[in-house]
Parts: sequence; structure tokens; C-alpha cells
Amino acid sequence: MAHDNSYVDKKFNVVGTRFNRPDGIDKVTGKARYGADASAPGQLVGKVLRSPHAHAQILKINTSKAEKLQGVKSVITFQDLPDLTGGDQGMADILENCMARGRALYDGHAVAAVAAVDEQTAAKALKLIDVKYKKLPHVTDVDEAMLPTAPVIHDRIFTRGVEPKPTKPSNISSRTEMGNGDVDAGFAQADVIIEHSFKTEQTHQGYIEPHACLASVNPDGTSELWVTTQGHFVFRNVCAGLLGLDIAKLKVTSSEIGGGFGGKTHVWIEPIALALSRKANRPVKMVMSRDEVFRATGPTSSTSIDVKLGAKKNGQITAAVAELRYQGGAFPGNWAMLACMTAFACYDIKNNKSIGWDVLVNRPKVAAYRAPSAPMAAFAVESAMDMLAKELRMKAIDVRLKNVAREGTLAPYGPTYGPIGIEDTLKAVKAHPHMRAKLKPNQGRGVACGFWFNIGGQTSTDLNIGVDGTVNLAVGTVDVGGSRSSLAMIAAEELGIDYEDVKANIADTTSLGHNDMTEGSRGTFSSGMATIYAAREAIEVLKQRAAITWGIPVEDVAWEAGHAVATGKGHGNLPKLSLREIAAKSGRTGGPIAGHNEVTADGAGMGFASHICDVEVDPETGRSTIVRYTVVQDAGKAINPDYVEGQFQGGATQGIGWALNEEYIYGADGRLQNPGFLDYRIPVCSDLPFIDTKILEIPNPSHPYGVRGVGETSIVPPLAAVANAIANAAGVRMGHAPMSPPRVLAALDAMENAG
Amino acid sequence: MSKSTLVSTTVNGDAVEFACPTDESLMTALRDRVGLTGVKEGCGTGDCGACSISLDGRLVCSCIVLGVEAEGRTIETVEGLSQNGDLHPLQQNFIDHAALQCGICTPGFLVAAKALLDRNPNPNESEIRYALAGNLCRCTGYDKIVRAVQATAKDMRKKGRS
Amino acid sequence: MRYETPASAKEAAGLLKKEKGAAFLLAGGTDLLVKLKMGIVEPDLVVDIKRIPKISDIQSSAKGFTIGAAVSGAELGEHNGLKKAWPGVVEAANLIGSDQIQGRATLPGNLCNASPAADSVPALIAAGAKAIVVGPLKKRTVPVEKVMIGPGQTSLAKGEFIEAITLPKAEPRSGDAYLRFTPRTEMDIAVVGIAISLKLERGVIKKARVVLGAVAPTAIVVAAAARAIVGSKLDDKALDKLAAACSAACNPIDDKRGTIEYRVRVAGVLAKRAAKIAFQRAGGSL
Repeated sequence: MAHDNSYVDKKFNVVGTRFNRPDGIDKVTGKARYGADASAPGQLVGKVLRSPHAHAQILKINTSKAEKLQGVKSVITFQDLPDLTGGDQGMADILENCMARGRALYDGHAVAAVAAVDEQTAAKALKLIDVKYKKLPHVTDVDEAMLPTAPVIHDRIFTRGVEPKPTKPSNISSRTEMGNGDVDAGFAQADVIIEHSFKTEQTHQGYIEPHACLASVNPDGTSELWVTTQGHFVFRNVCAGLLGLDIAKLKVTSSEIGGGFGGKTHVWIEPIALALSRKANRPVKMVMSRDEVFRATGPTSSTSIDVKLGAKKNGQITAAVAELRYQGGAFPGNWAMLACMTAFACYDIKNNKSIGWDVLVNRPKVAAYRAPSAPMAAFAVESAMDMLAKELRMKAIDVRLKNVAREGTLAPYGPTYGPIGIEDTLKAVKAHPHMRAKLKPNQGRGVACGFWFNIGGQTSTDLNIGVDGTVNLAVGTVDVGGSRSSLAMIAAEELGIDYEDVKANIADTTSLGHNDMTEGSRGTFSSGMATIYAAREAIEVLKQRAAITWGIPVEDVAWEAGHAVATGKGHGNLPKLSLREIAAKSGRTGGPIAGHNEVTADGAGMGFASHICDVEVDPETGRSTIVRYTVVQDAGKAINPDYVEGQFQGGATQGIGWALNEEYIYGADGRLQNPGFLDYRIPVCSDLPFIDTKILEIPNPSHPYGVRGVGETSIVPPLAAVANAIANAAGVRMGHAPMSPPRVLAALDAMENAG
Repeated sequence: MSKSTLVSTTVNGDAVEFACPTDESLMTALRDRVGLTGVKEGCGTGDCGACSISLDGRLVCSCIVLGVEAEGRTIETVEGLSQNGDLHPLQQNFIDHAALQCGICTPGFLVAAKALLDRNPNPNESEIRYALAGNLCRCTGYDKIVRAVQATAKDMRKKGRS
Repeated sequence: MRYETPASAKEAAGLLKKEKGAAFLLAGGTDLLVKLKMGIVEPDLVVDIKRIPKISDIQSSAKGFTIGAAVSGAELGEHNGLKKAWPGVVEAANLIGSDQIQGRATLPGNLCNASPAADSVPALIAAGAKAIVVGPLKKRTVPVEKVMIGPGQTSLAKGEFIEAITLPKAEPRSGDAYLRFTPRTEMDIAVVGIAISLKLERGVIKKARVVLGAVAPTAIVVAAAARAIVGSKLDDKALDKLAAACSAACNPIDDKRGTIEYRVRVAGVLAKRAAKIAFQRAGGSL
């Protein structure tokens, strides 16, 4: 059934108000069940043996002693995971990342796994597995990995996107170039040119819940997987593919998820748990330790970026170039390509060029982290914008406004923008009282912009009306931040009933068609759209039942404010029928009343934001404290403003952590030195002030309510907002994130020595 | 396999007995032996506070207490917060103020916030933030959590409740 | 792993001495349990001292304070007498970790874990604290600075453990302070720690003790730093000398928490700040 998803301006009764989320009670009472909270009779504990080397040949794995240990029920290596990928290199990479196939590619790479009757036995068994390694040269830095002298990680990698095609393999999987116009000509026109290089260190999504699953495979090939995930349907398809199981026979149930931010969109322990279960013929529960989460899941890229801007004296940018080098871990990725798409997206720059290099290093395979690749590019570009403003003696905000992208601007990555909110957010920032607040000594203020595309994707939704008129909404997009509340609100809005009468649930994979991940800020956008259409389909059925009840043609029935109303000549004296009344009779009018929808939601609508950051820099220690922070972001339409604000604040905080203290520290031996929350320093409560938010609503023309994805954009501006604030507070331009105290102090010293 | 030790304790006001290996943490014992999965493991090393409980009236991380240490002691977990079917004001305010998103850190925050309000019914913003510094949240940026605790402190002072 | 809860200090010491395998003392457990979880230690025996009578008591007398080995940081922070007499010691102890850690962490635990960055140690040394060490046969009293001899190493013999920490009576016109540098506001291990204890006479510093932490294998008493401020009212010149002496005394390493250069620098910065606080607590005016 085709649907018109165009935005329709209307007054809302439910949408846009603030309702308590339906899963709140379970979460505040401890009843909610997350990945590690399920158990099955006879379950075994699964544990993974991991490489202690950054790069090593695995000469031999001897599991015989482990297998003989009392209480051990299965032991696996890559031999128990035959390659069924049939030439699909992407799937083959996933398989190899889950368990090494003859070569350990990073510190923490899984090498073998055991399932035993309890934790202690499993731990003992791991110690009894004898692995003979031959260490190989390793490389962990993105720039070093690009040098011709760097050890090559996969000799099948020949850089795509360069002419002539390279004859030697390297760690550069691809070169991307995109842009518009003629940058050379543009620079020739410039009165002022700014050039700077930037570096950002690797960070992790840092969700508080480690990966966990409970897998149970039966001898007939039917199996179950309980798992914390951002996408149980995708997990099902991937696990089924890797293990040679039938998709329909693998029932995957998504637990509540304790944070994902993109990091739970890939499988790591799940195929292992299934393989261990299959071999042992018993359920296997696997929970990652925090150490394993940091070492062996999917952090984001570390990067090295060069930016060059040219502008006229009046502030108009005549040319912009960015060269972005992103590492994707030990397997090829598209992270630099994504960066190219976002780097100049906030601006209307006729001559722009972005060149991206995707590079391999001996680090874990990179996964998406909230607006993947955009924060680093924005750190560079938004810092350069401030440097440009300084050179031009213009206000930072005004340089941005002078070059801002609008409806009709050609985006650097191809499409022409529809109505977008970047100018509105900049104007709102300019007018915001935060901008006029007095600063104390050693304090400075910075602004920065950010952008994220948001995506649509496949969605399948069921809406079922109970005989008492209350409604079950079954969706397939995992609820990461309160979307169940928003979806219930949308259903209530469409049906014209109370919010409390709708219960939204995340269905398992046997109950709905395929749903893509909750990522790309698509949860509320896509499932919201599908909910609208499912509700409208249900309304058609409700109207039919009313027509049957009244004995009139269905064309003479309208749906208004939760009631069927008889329209047209001669029906004026028919009292309207409520949804509840129609539902009560449904058994006699044709059976259960439902609506259903599959949609590949298009037109997710871009999310733009501008942030304001006040920082205080201790000039004697280099330590920076955030003293005030404001997020202004376009949400298109905020279904539940409380949860939209929460997304703004959470994303901003992750960006602040990235800006100030979070980084992966690798030693010269290629091993990760800080795989824990003690030394991987995410912001704590006392590090932050309240984070003010302002929601703008420039409707997305491709969504019936105007909704845009909101979850990701807010992590994009903070790195540069903080850098710009530090520049204004202390006079130093920080080009290396995180801008930790030693780096800032060193920069202050350098500035002082330069005189 | 070594024999387990029988531990007698009081959990959320009820007499509870469980058996656990001597090297098992109280967190694991509460989750796996007593079945109280409200206590969450975020790190296992006392760095994130998701496993927070009250032990003899003291706020502690249960992941770095041995199960056997609980012998004869009193434990309070998030499951004990609501009384007679009513949510504790903290729980209600967390919901009302949207102070949770994924919710994995929420049980720990509730226990820690209660410990704060038990000893200081009128904390200022800084006192709240430092008292909760041992509880990591990755979703909310702490803003609405602090507001929920402030609102609760106010509510409870008004009602003269402790 | 065997778990014992001895009813007396002597019994505890005897268990530790007799054990042929790996034996560990358990009080607060905030270090031991972490090491256990990470597989760094595999104890055969854990001796929990918390059931020993008076082991969680703080006794104050005319001679000073005796703090039982199982007294937690939280309890220290609630003891008004101790806070008044030795605010630097209490604030140092209270900086160890979160409120959850404070509910368990102990002074002897912090001392005997023997991390160069231990927060309470510089303050205890600056205050002249002593450790009452119990063995199977006898007790001895040892200045706290003699307990830690290197990272992870103490001078205690097999079978010995610390039963209590004593602090002398605070002299009139004295004040102490502890400051540390961490990148975040909480939850971090100190990159630099400094404790200063001083006594004034007629507004002038008569005695001083300056102790640095996290900048050498053990906490270090910096005599030159003390000399720099004795006889002064903490004028700028004295403060500069103090800072220089502290920086010069540092012997740190480069690690994931800080570089040599950074530690040396910040030691001097914090020294000045800590001195000012201690001076004001002693009744001095700046």
C-alpha cells in the first residue's frame, strides 16, 4: 500500500506534549530485563580467550586440556565457524572479526572460546588453552599506517579510488573525493586563507551495559537468542548467515538495551555464543567484561585532518578543502567517506572539496558512534571557522551566518537541501541570553555547528486493538531512549484516543517483518511513520465495522477524534461510535481489528544544531571546566519534548567527554592501556553544569508530522565548541582532541615561549 | 569445584539465605543466587556505580564486596525502594523528570540518591553532583537526574518525610 | 579460596603467618576485590578483619586519635573531632574514589596497597601518623612513611598487618591540607598529590612538613620544601621556593595518567595552593 509521507501542518492533541514513558516503572524498580538478566535452565557460561598481541600469526591452538576439564561442555576456535559467506567480503570480515582465523589482528581479538558449567570453570578452561603466537610488526596510528614502510595488515587491500590502481597492497582501503566547483579558482579569489591540521584520538561509545546474550541452539536448527542490541532483526540475519541457520528458525528477542549509540549494531559474542551452544547442545550465556568491551568491540575512528579555508574580507568563503584520514581498525570501513559528506554540510560554499582516506590499523574494527565520522570533521572545520573569524575580525557567529546553507543549497555530497534548520539555530544562538552572560577571568565562550543526515530504512509495525479498546503497538525498532513513549503518542494521536490506552512493545523477530537497526536517528522517525500508516489502516477497518453496524456504505463513515461518524444524507441521527464501542463488538463484525505497515521510510530529514560553550581554563594546570552549555537543535517536530531534550543533553555530554578527556591510549607494544572506566574518562556528574536546550521545529517535508531524527546531531558540535571556548579563554588553538590538561598546558607554554 | 558458603542476610527487609563461592562478589550473589537483577554490572571494578547497594546503611559498590561478607548484614537494593506498592518519591521523580533513557544506570542512581537524601535532606546542586559522581550515566548528561533529585529533596522536605 | 573472619588481631596475624599459599587481608576490599576480579591476584586465603572488636572504632584521647583499621573514609568524614584536628588527613581520605568507595575504603588499605598515587598517604605522613603493626607474637609502632617501600611493596613481614593508625594531637596554631590533581573532578587516580602540615608561631611558620605523592615510587617528604617556608608568612618568594623545591624533588614516570614534565610542573603549582590552605587553617592571614 503506497503512502504519501508529505508533511501536513496540523494541530496536535497528544504529540508534542510531555508524557511519562511506559517502560519507566520497570526501569526505576529494577524489573526491566537487560542482556545479562535472562537465564535458561541448564545454561552454561561462555568465555572468550583473546589475543594479547596487536598483530600475531597464530601458529597453533591446543584446546585438548581445556576440553578435558571437568565442567567444560564445548570449546571452539575458528574451525567451528566455517566460512559460509560465499565471497561476501563484508560478511567474511565480520566472521573474522568475531574470531581470528589464523592471525590475531588487534589486542583483544578473539582467538577461542569455551562454555562451561560456571564462571570459575570457564575461566580455568581459558587458561588451559595453549596458543602459540608469532608476533608480527604492528601499527596503530592512522598516519603511520599510511606510510609505505608500515606493516601491511591485509595483502588483499589495494586502495580503491586512486588512479592508476596500486600494484602493491597497503593499509589504505580507499580514497574518496567529493565536492563542487573549482577550489583552486576559489582560493585565488580569497583575501584570507586559513590552514590547520587536526588530530582526534579514538573514543568508545561507553554504554554502561556490556554486551550480553543468551543463546540456545537445538539439534534441529531452531534456535533462540536473547540479546542486548540496537537491531535484533539484523542480528538475526547476520547470525543466521554466519552459522548457516534458517532466518525464520532463529528467534531473536531484544532485551532492554543499556545504551548503544551505534556500538550495539554489530555482532561480536553472539555468533560465538550460538556456536558454543550448538556444540554443547545447551544454552550458553555470555556477558562481556568491561575490559573486553573496550578492547574488543567497535570504538570510533582516530583521525588526522587538514583543513584549508579561503574567504573574502566580507567573510564569504570562496573555497574550502578538507583532507580526512580515518582509521577503521583492522578491516576496511567507509568512515572517511562519511566524513567527506559531513565536513562542509552546514555551509553554502560553491567551491569545496573533501578527500577521505580510509585506513587500516591494528585496532578493533570500528563501529558507528552517534553521527559516525561527523564529530571529528566538525572539530576541524568548526575550529577553522573560528580561526577564520579571528583573522577577518568578524564574530564567530557572523562568519557562519554569512556562509550558512539554506533550502536550495547544493550539499557537498550531492543533493539539494530542502527546508533545513541551520540558519535558524544560528540565529537562535545569536539571540540566546547565554551569549550575553558575563564571563569571569580565565573563562571563554565558543560556538560551533553540527549536522547529521539521519536515515530511514526498513520498518514493519503491527497495531492491534483489544476488545476493550486499548491498543497494542508492536514495533521492531529497539527503544534506546524513550521511543516507545513517542510511538504510543503517535498511535494515540492518529486514532484519537488517550495516550494511556496505547501500549507499545518491541516484538521479537518471529512476530514482525524485517526492521533495520535503531541507528541513524531513525527509531522514532521510521517506526513513527509506520505507526501512522498502521493506525490509518486500522482506522479504515474501524470505519468498515461502523458501516456494518449501521448498515450504511463505508464511504459515508468518517473518523473524527476517536469516533466513527456517519456523514452524508439521512445519517444525521446515527449517534457516533467510539473506538471502544466498535472494538467491543469486533468479534461479531468480522473479528480482531488491526492495522499493519511495512515501509522503507525515506526522507529522514537532516538535523542541524548550534551549540554554545563556556569554559574556564586553569592557566597553571591546563585543566578545563565547562561552566555553561547550551544546545539549539532543529527537531522538525518534537513528539515528546522531554526525550528530545534528553537526546540533546546526552549527545552533548558525550561530545564534551571526547573534547576533554576521553581517548584510547595504546602503548608502543600496540596494547590498549586503559580498557576501563578508571582511565577511560567519561564525564561524571560533578564535571558538568546543567545543559540548557532549545528545540526548534522546522518541519521535515517528508514526514507526516514533520519529524526529523534527533538522536545524533548533538554529539557533533561539542569538540569544536569546547576548542573555540578554550581559544577564547586562554588564547591557545587546540588542534588535538581530547584537549586534556597536559595538552592545554603544553600549548600555553608554547604560546608563552613564542613570546 | 570448591564448596559454597551459606550466607544469612537481610535483603530489603526480608530474611534471605544464599550459597555462593567464597570468591564471588555480592553483586553476582544478589543477581544469580537471590535473583535480584536490579543490581547491574557495568564494570565489575567499582568504577561505575551501576551495582550500588546499601550495606548496613552505607552506600557501596556490591561488585567489590564479597558475597560472604554479607553474613549477618542488612542489604538494601533498588527493589526495596518502593513500599507497599507505592513508588518512592525518587522513583516517581525520575520518571516525571525524564531522568532516565536506557535506564541501566537508574537503579544505582536511585540507591545513591537515597543515600544522599538520607544523610542530607537539603543538598545544593554541587553536593548532589559530587554525591552522585560515583554513578556513571552515558545517556542523559546528568541534567535531568540532578533535577529529579532536587525535586525529590523538595517534595520530601515538604512532606516531612525521611 | 578460603575466607576467615578471625575474632582477634592475634588470630588474624596467626592465620596470615601460617598460610603457605597466597594470603590477603580484607578490610574495605576496594583494592583487593578489584585485583581479584581482574585476575591479578588469586588468593588461597582471605582474612577478613572486620569482625575484630573495636577494629572500626575511632578513639580520641588527650594524646590524639587511634583509628581502627576497618574505619571507612565515610566514617572519617563524619567524625567532627578528627575533621577539626586534621582536616588535611580527612579530606585526603575522602578524595579516594566515589561515595561508594568511601563507604568501604580504609587508611591502612590505602597505605598497604602501596600505590605511589595513594591519596591518604602524603597527608598521614605530613601529620606524623603512625601505624600499629600487629604480628602473631608482638605489636610494633611504625611511622607511616616507613610502611611503603616501593610500588605494591610494604615493609610488613609475613603475618603482620596494621591494626590501627594513630594521629598525634593537633598542636595549637597548626593546620594541614591535601590537594591533588586529576583531569576530572572525581573518580580519577591522582596525577600529583601534595600534603602540607604546618604550625605557626606569632603568625610565622615555625614548623612544616611537605609530602608529595604520585611523583615518585613512594610518597616523599621534601625537607627542602619545608625549609623554604619555615620562618616565612608565605610571601611570594617563599612560595616560589616551595614550588621549586617540590618540582625538584619529583622523580615521576611517564604513564597513562601523566607525563614526567606535567607532574613536575603541577607539583609546584599545587604546593603553593596547598600551603595557602594549610596556612589559613592554622590561623595565618595572607
